[in-house]
Amino acid sequence: MSWIKNPFKRDTRKNPAGPLDYYRKLWLRLAVIGTLFFLYAPIVNLIAFSFNDSRRNIVWRGFTLKYYEKAWANDSLMVAFGNSLTIALITTVFAVILGALSAYVMWRFKFPFRAVYEGGMALPIVIPEICMGVAMMVFFARVGWPTDLPYPLNLSAITIAHIAFSFPFAAIVIRARLETFNTELSESAQDLGASELQVFRNIIIPHMKPGLIAGALLSFTLSLDDFVITFFTSGPNTLTFPVKIYSMVRFSVTPEVNAASTVLIGLTLILTALALKLQNRDKELPIV
Amino acid sequence: MDSWRQHRSAFWAAFTAPTFWLVVFFLIPLSLLWLFSFGEKEGITGINITWTLKQYARALDPLYLGIFAKSLWMAFLTTLICLIIAFPVAIAIVFAPPKARLWLLLLIILPFWTNLLIRTYALIAVLRTRGQVNFGLEWMWEHANSFLTLVGLGSYNLLGADFEPLGMLYNNSAVLIGLVYVHLPFMVLPLYAALDRLDRSYMEASFDLGAGHIRTFRSIIIPLALPGIASGIVITFIPAMGSYLTPDLLGGTDSQMIANVIERQFKSANDWPFGAALSFILMYVTFFGLALRAVLSKREKMGGKAA
Amino acid sequence: MTSSTQSDPIIKIDQVSKTYPGDVQAVKNVSLEVHQGEFFALLGPSGCGKTTLLRMLAGFEIPNEGTIMIDGEDMTDVQPNARCVNMVFQSYAVFPHMTVAENVGYGLKVDRVKKKEIQERVAEALELVRLGDLGARMPDELSGGQRQRVALARALVKRPKVLLLDEPLSALDAKLREAMQMELVRLQKTVGITFIIVTHDQSEALSMANRIAVMEGGTVRQIATPEELYEDPNSRFVADFIGQINLFDGTAVASQTEEKVCATVEPFGTMEIWGETLGPVSLAIRPEKINIDIEKPTTSEHPMAQGTVTDIAYYGGYSNVFVDVAGTRIMAEVSNDTRIRSSTFERGTKVWISFNAEDALALGD
Repeated sequence: MSWIKNPFKRDTRKNPAGPLDYYRKLWLRLAVIGTLFFLYAPIVNLIAFSFNDSRRNIVWRGFTLKYYEKAWANDSLMVAFGNSLTIALITTVFAVILGALSAYVMWRFKFPFRAVYEGGMALPIVIPEICMGVAMMVFFARVGWPTDLPYPLNLSAITIAHIAFSFPFAAIVIRARLETFNTELSESAQDLGASELQVFRNIIIPHMKPGLIAGALLSFTLSLDDFVITFFTSGPNTLTFPVKIYSMVRFSVTPEVNAASTVLIGLTLILTALALKLQNRDKELPIV
Repeated sequence: MDSWRQHRSAFWAAFTAPTFWLVVFFLIPLSLLWLFSFGEKEGITGINITWTLKQYARALDPLYLGIFAKSLWMAFLTTLICLIIAFPVAIAIVFAPPKARLWLLLLIILPFWTNLLIRTYALIAVLRTRGQVNFGLEWMWEHANSFLTLVGLGSYNLLGADFEPLGMLYNNSAVLIGLVYVHLPFMVLPLYAALDRLDRSYMEASFDLGAGHIRTFRSIIIPLALPGIASGIVITFIPAMGSYLTPDLLGGTDSQMIANVIERQFKSANDWPFGAALSFILMYVTFFGLALRAVLSKREKMGGKAA
Repeated sequence: MTSSTQSDPIIKIDQVSKTYPGDVQAVKNVSLEVHQGEFFALLGPSGCGKTTLLRMLAGFEIPNEGTIMIDGEDMTDVQPNARCVNMVFQSYAVFPHMTVAENVGYGLKVDRVKKKEIQERVAEALELVRLGDLGARMPDELSGGQRQRVALARALVKRPKVLLLDEPLSALDAKLREAMQMELVRLQKTVGITFIIVTHDQSEALSMANRIAVMEGGTVRQIATPEELYEDPNSRFVADFIGQINLFDGTAVASQTEEKVCATVEPFGTMEIWGETLGPVSLAIRPEKINIDIEKPTTSEHPMAQGTVTDIAYYGGYSNVFVDVAGTRIMAEVSNDTRIRSSTFERGTKVWISFNAEDALALGD
């Protein structure tokens, strides 16, 4: 052998980077860290200063919950919060049912103008919010939708609009789930004597379940978060949480708004965590 | 897929309710708006549908054309900045180990789920005259000044006699920062998806044949990820152009975008036909963008995995 | 076929290990050499580390330990684009947005070769893989076999010192695969470049390669010519992995003859066979080396036993006959060398099986 190796020198490298290990490049790491900082620093700042014992709210003066108490004592804020939750709950129920039905139709049936139907269902998702908002405003004004109904019917216009834009989102999530369905399952159920309705109830609905839950959480968040469309469909007596915050924000930056916002962020965070936990079973992200 | 004729009752049972909702509470309102865009104001609340194109003609007024141009320009800048930031981020995420990848994706998506209004508000708190950014700048200014004093240059007031907080809010750059802040995830996700679909052996083959990273990026990654890039551009551009809240809260008097003008027609100016016409122009631009995306994603099949 | 003394090896892998994060050890302390002009195969079941080893040669993975020398230069952690080896990918990785000619010319364009020369060399390479007139086609207009030829031409046009092929035939159907095997051998002879192929298909390795490294669990079990691997495997694993073989448990003690042992194996008794391992061993004998007769064979020195035919599997050119001898299942290959056979075995036939002890091996793990 022409080739003798020093037995005491063993080349060792700890996790050497291959040519495609881009994530280990420093500048790419910095780009990611910078982006995440940009995305999160304002939010973290907002949350932190909701606990800050200072109205000037720029220097840390100590921990306090008094702005949460203030927000809690703010009647119109609490009414708005209650309104938002009510709207979101009703929207969720309707959006899941309507979304599931339309997802089922688009997944299962061939019918004339199917492409047009699918396009129509995608329309509420793709058109600019402002356009949908003004359209709903014009519609309710033209049909003379009563604005002085007792609670909770006074929220009906907002709720109807929310259902209209959130059920197509729910339909997308549910349909994605349906696409993973093995049709041999329903065929074998039919082969064993199940009727159409029984197949739907016993085979398809159980399969849809993760999609239904994800769709529900998505509709709930969409409804809770919506500002623009609500802004155009709400009357002076039907404030929702985002609309109320909007009027407060226009006025000034106060720790009370921070506190209220933190509560809403917390709520969405819990819902997102829930959604992801449920979604992780079939490894699909709820959006895009 | 079954034909609806074979299962009529099942089809109608599932078809009716969502279709009813879509038609009555979405398509009819939209059609109403469309009709109004061909109408004229009559008195304070009355609208006469006269099938006039006057409202659309009014949109060609230099004032409104300027606002349209401004919206397009802002959306373009937003998209460009998002693209520049999102590309390295997407590359880093795609090539991260699976577990880190999941967390990074989650971190990028999470702001999606946070209320837009709250995020805008959070930005105001940071950017305002007495916000964190100015605070940090002041801190740096003081330290720089004391350093100058230390080296004996203090008396020259090289950095000005007092710290002048930057007016970062209520102007166009604030709107731009806000739009980028809000739309960044829209760009990262499609880029991520496109790069993730791209078979890595294409990149490896390029390295293997002697190309470096930049050459591979230019000759292989960009052409193959082009449909994803286009998709990211479209889905960032469209909502950015129609933004209402961001220019409203972060902008000054000269930062109005088209959505703010539309809002004014319906709320304060009470000129519904004109607002309707503006809305539909905005929608047509949107549809044009979506059609573009559809055409490009049809071509995507070429860039999929190797057979 | 090649002796390891005449010249420096073109590839020298020295005590190479690769551990992935999470302590998955893909390659464990592998050393091997490949010589100029060889057609070398890395053979093993999936997950044996063969692809990782190949990717380390290409530069896509960097080993944690050990060195890789290519043509006398240390290439252990050199970037793939600075190595004088090229690769044919399992998926071919033919760039879908470039024409066939652009694909083949890519590597030359990257190297700033003059336009005219690129044209000539691309044409030459396409001619070599018999795709002369398809230069203007897009990859999605090609068949799988044609795409593979493009990948081959694209790698060969760079005149690499070593061509690496990662499971190049696995995506082709059976007929095409056989034709491509011959084609690859022809190509290798024509260009004279060293080929290293990774495959899990033993017949592919046996028919194409001059030398084969059998890998298992990240280690090399045996490096030998195809014939040696088949006739003289060094372990039960290799014997079992290459072709079909009967393995009988037994024990071996030292014998008088060099390189032989005295093995006691039921149901054949004690015999002197080739082997070095002592203690518990497996007696290994290929099915085609087992004789099967109705009458008791007369060659009395051969180990033999009587049993009953339990199954017959007919394969056309030959049949496998399974014989049960006191609970041990033995497979014998019978050549169907005449169209009408005088004696056929049936299930339940009492038969004698025997073999020449010279054809058997005593193997350890």
